Amino acid sequence: MKSQKKFIEGNEAVVDGAIAAGARFYAGYPISPSSEIAEGAARELPRYGGIYIQMEDEISSMAALLGASLAGVKSFTATSSPGFSLMQENLGLGIMSEIPAVIFNVQRSGPSTGAATKPAQADIMQARYGAHGDHSIIALSPSSVQDCYDLTITAFNLAEKYRTPVLFLSDEVIGHLRETVTETEPGPDQIFSRIQPDPDISQKDFRPYGYSSDSVVPMPAVGNRKLLMRTTGSTHDEKGEFSPNPQNIDRVTHYLTNKIEKNAEDITITRTYQLDDAEIAFITFGCSVRSTISAVDILRAEGVRAGMLQLVTIWPMPEKEIRAVLAKAGTVVVPEMNLGQLAGEIRKFNDYGCRILQANRTDGVLITPQQIINTLED
Amino acid sequence: MADYKDYMLFDKLPHTWCAGCGDGIVLQSIAAVFAEMELDKHDICLVSGIGCFGRVDDYLDINCMHVTHGRALPAATGIALANPALHVIVTMGDGDSVTIGGNHLIHCARRNIDLTAIIANNYNYGQTGGQYSGTTPTDSITSTSPYGHIEQEFDICRLAEAAGATYVARATAFNPVQMRKLIRGGIEHKGFSLIECMVQCPTHYGRYNRQGEAADMMKMMNARSIPAEKAKTMSAEELEGRIVTGVIVNKNREDYYTKYKRIIDAQRIREEGGSVNEN
Ligand code: SF4
Repeated sequence: MKSQKKFIEGNEAVVDGAIAAGARFYAGYPISPSSEIAEGAARELPRYGGIYIQMEDEISSMAALLGASLAGVKSFTATSSPGFSLMQENLGLGIMSEIPAVIFNVQRSGPSTGAATKPAQADIMQARYGAHGDHSIIALSPSSVQDCYDLTITAFNLAEKYRTPVLFLSDEVIGHLRETVTETEPGPDQIFSRIQPDPDISQKDFRPYGYSSDSVVPMPAVGNRKLLMRTTGSTHDEKGEFSPNPQNIDRVTHYLTNKIEKNAEDITITRTYQLDDAEIAFITFGCSVRSTISAVDILRAEGVRAGMLQLVTIWPMPEKEIRAVLAKAGTVVVPEMNLGQLAGEIRKFNDYGCRILQANRTDGVLITPQQIINTLED
Repeated sequence: MADYKDYMLFDKLPHTWCAGCGDGIVLQSIAAVFAEMELDKHDICLVSGIGCFGRVDDYLDINCMHVTHGRALPAATGIALANPALHVIVTMGDGDSVTIGGNHLIHCARRNIDLTAIIANNYNYGQTGGQYSGTTPTDSITSTSPYGHIEQEFDICRLAEAAGATYVARATAFNPVQMRKLIRGGIEHKGFSLIECMVQCPTHYGRYNRQGEAADMMKMMNARSIPAEKAKTMSAEELEGRIVTGVIVNKNREDYYTKYKRIIDAQRIREEGGSVNEN
């Protein structure tokens, strides 16, 4: 297996990861602090026979991604928080039409233009609920440049496997962080591509959608020689035809949620650091992980049994792992660069009387280990 | 010989449109052109937006992607670039194409993406009850301009031409023979082509503006029509209120994909299965 070491920033590792995952189409609108992904895609994609196109806005970028993916090409875009707001419309289209794609959101502060382009981790709820209507979503969050490469491949695999757009919630700190990364080219068994229909199936029997179980239905590309494909953002039946009867609306809504939520075990990724005997547990994600690890080290040196649970998958929430921490630790601290979006989710699971503290930072400066430790003294 | 019926889904009929609506004429024209050209269904992908005309894909037995309001052109851009062998047809109303999606139209034309945009212009938002759109003529009555519309309307063809469209044509629902000819011209054209089809909405625009029945509206359209060749010899005043029909622009300019393919050919570092072109 080919492997090479590079000293690059997170945004560059994303491009390498996407190409390694087999992505060959990028449509986007440049925005700091994500533009290095666009620039990397523009430079690298044609070298692999792929296409970069700079669209007129994030709305059209998201639409173009879905079109290219429907034509059978793994597709991605990159943006930052204000652009992510614009993508919500066609993110919903991707969810309803069940078209895979990967959206990299290198988060920055807000609302609106905010303190461009200072880091934040404040799109947790936008990622989950930004697109209107009931649905579920998959979102991953990297905490290192290595993650930007490895998890990008995971993101494409999940998008293809679950036939849905997948979000990659990076942030300005990780996007511009420079570290040594080992880029290992994935083997064929480490790359997942959307399931194709049975080669013997006839057009008459083929259905582009299926709602009888929570499993994902095969997706042929438009332009294949055998089957005609039909997708729509309207509530549809198995044939992809508009079907707004109450029974159908209800089953489609449940299906779009269940196909992700019922597979949470397969989708969620977590990591732990010194967690086993921890009395004080930190639960965090993204750039805050880095400061939290230092906080754990400092506390351990002082004899405090501190540990960390890192949520690599943000959505669906790793409920099982979070509950295990809440059941065991006396105190849980949630460091995050927003006013408590993750903490609120963790409280929902707190059936254990665990003390939950928030370590929030919203001034556009990376949260520090000391600030995290100080939370315990309040 | 293929028949237009070969491209239709008859089990979806009766269609959703009102009696007398012009949208069905455009649908039949599109299917008839596919038949005339004997296109393999697998080689066609239709992308549709939202609105009365956005439902056109419901009745066609081809590859279809039904998207959000105004976003049909960017979705089609992705398809056309990912599989340049496809005939990508984009069906939109005046809301989709030049109102909510106007920005996408000018950029798609400017880039010269190889696809065919077919726009049904009925001067208003039929599906939502007859509100004004970007093509509603000044002084018209609509459900949201009850005192007369004060905005100036877009001329879709002139807008497309100015934005760089390489094939621009217009037909009315009165003349389906010409409509078919122009749609075929658009599909055969390499690059961004746009055919504006003037259609009647007797239910809303016609009623609000006392234009009579569908047949009266179609006759009025025809009376206002003027061939593009003749229009060239006329002054702006003489053309006031007229509908210029026929091929308005037809020129060669290399399309986006052909240009991009040259970059791929020059930059490609290795052969592998993941190529867009070979997928
Ligand atoms: S409302 Fe107007 S445009 Fe819509 S179907 Fe009826 S006649 Fe046609």
